[in-house]
Amino acid sequence: MTDTATRVITDDSFATDVLASDKPVIVDFWAPWCGPCKMVAPILEDIATEHGASVVVAKMNVDENPKTPAQYGITSIPTLNVYSGGELVKTIIGAKPKAALLADLAAYLG
Amino acid sequence: MSATDPTVVHDVVIVGSGPAGYTAAVYCARAQLAPVLLEGAVTAGGALMNTTEVENFPGFAKGIMGPELMESMRAQAARFGTTIVTDDAVEMNLQGAIKQIRDGAGNEYLTRSVILAMGSGYRELGLENEKRLSGHGVSWCATCDGFFFRDADIAVVGGGDSALEEATFLTRFARSVTVIHRRDSLRASKIMQERALNDPKITFAWNSAVEDLLGDDKLTGVVLRDTETNAARELDVTGLFIAIGHDPRSELIKGQVDLDDSEYVLVDAPSTNTNIPGVFACGDLVDHTYRQAITAAGTGCAAALDAERFLAASH
Repeated sequence: MTDTATRVITDDSFATDVLASDKPVIVDFWAPWCGPCKMVAPILEDIATEHGASVVVAKMNVDENPKTPAQYGITSIPTLNVYSGGELVKTIIGAKPKAALLADLAAYLG
Repeated sequence: MSATDPTVVHDVVIVGSGPAGYTAAVYCARAQLAPVLLEGAVTAGGALMNTTEVENFPGFAKGIMGPELMESMRAQAARFGTTIVTDDAVEMNLQGAIKQIRDGAGNEYLTRSVILAMGSGYRELGLENEKRLSGHGVSWCATCDGFFFRDADIAVVGGGDSALEEATFLTRFARSVTVIHRRDSLRASKIMQERALNDPKITFAWNSAVEDLLGDDKLTGVVLRDTETNAARELDVTGLFIAIGHDPRSELIKGQVDLDDSEYVLVDAPSTNTNIPGVFACGDLVDHTYRQAITAAGTGCAAALDAERFLAASH
């Protein structure tokens, strides 16, 4: 996929794509049947495009990838988890407008 | 003409979407008023976006999924020339002949009339632990989060159609669903009641109020208070879905537009006129009686026709 700024990740690629990443990674845990997830998707594309130099924005479909969400205790979507240096450093639960997300994520957006 | 050109004075700006806002947009667009619709940054489509099947919207004999109905109404509004902006209004100055609205991205809109259709938001229980455990077992969206409670014992709070719809939906995943309700009878429609009462996975905790939420990092149970005997008991659940009703999203216009005691916008029924000339209101923002998709669509239509007449009279 070259037409999206976000990266699709899976249970199998999580360690490499997220935990071992040089840059902080925002992981969007989502599912196709989740209405609020659809609202957040274009906002995250924007953030990925505008802040790609300092942060990676990744998307994990929880329907297809049960392990990682269970490992991080996710019981509500959308959840945005930020990982830096292999550690979970921030969790944002629920859909928020772009301005609110930018404020919450300011520390990682460079 | 750009929707966000700050020098343009629009005929009508519609704030909020859902059945009310989208229907108002369809009518305004067909009246060639070139409406601008601020559909909401993350609430576009309104309450129906978090539902499953809508069985009572006339014209859909086999039912239709809530999100699909909203996408279809949105497409209909767009087809006739509505400019749809996926953002919230964050400031409104509704006094005077030219009203000003600012969106979350900072764009300013000038307009001769405004249709308010912000709908309502989920009501909270108001318990101390509610915020902390939100997303950690406490949820307001069964369609989003039910998936995570496979084979779990969970509960739904509420006694209306939304509560029973959620409870019925959640039986797809959960081992058991307890419906917690303050009274000994339900407000919900007969068909929803029958479905829930006959579901082997659903049990009812009647005359019960949720008094406390238990758990450190995630929900482990709730404390229920019997509203008749005043006895307390614990119910072990790892999920609690709250469906106790909605409150109108009228904060932004409080002080400008007259509201009732429950903060719903007051209109001069059967019209959609508010106390401010050129400002109309429709949908769940106004209605604490019917609160249906079809009644919201109906008042959305009325608001568009009221706005059209107002504009024709003032030109």
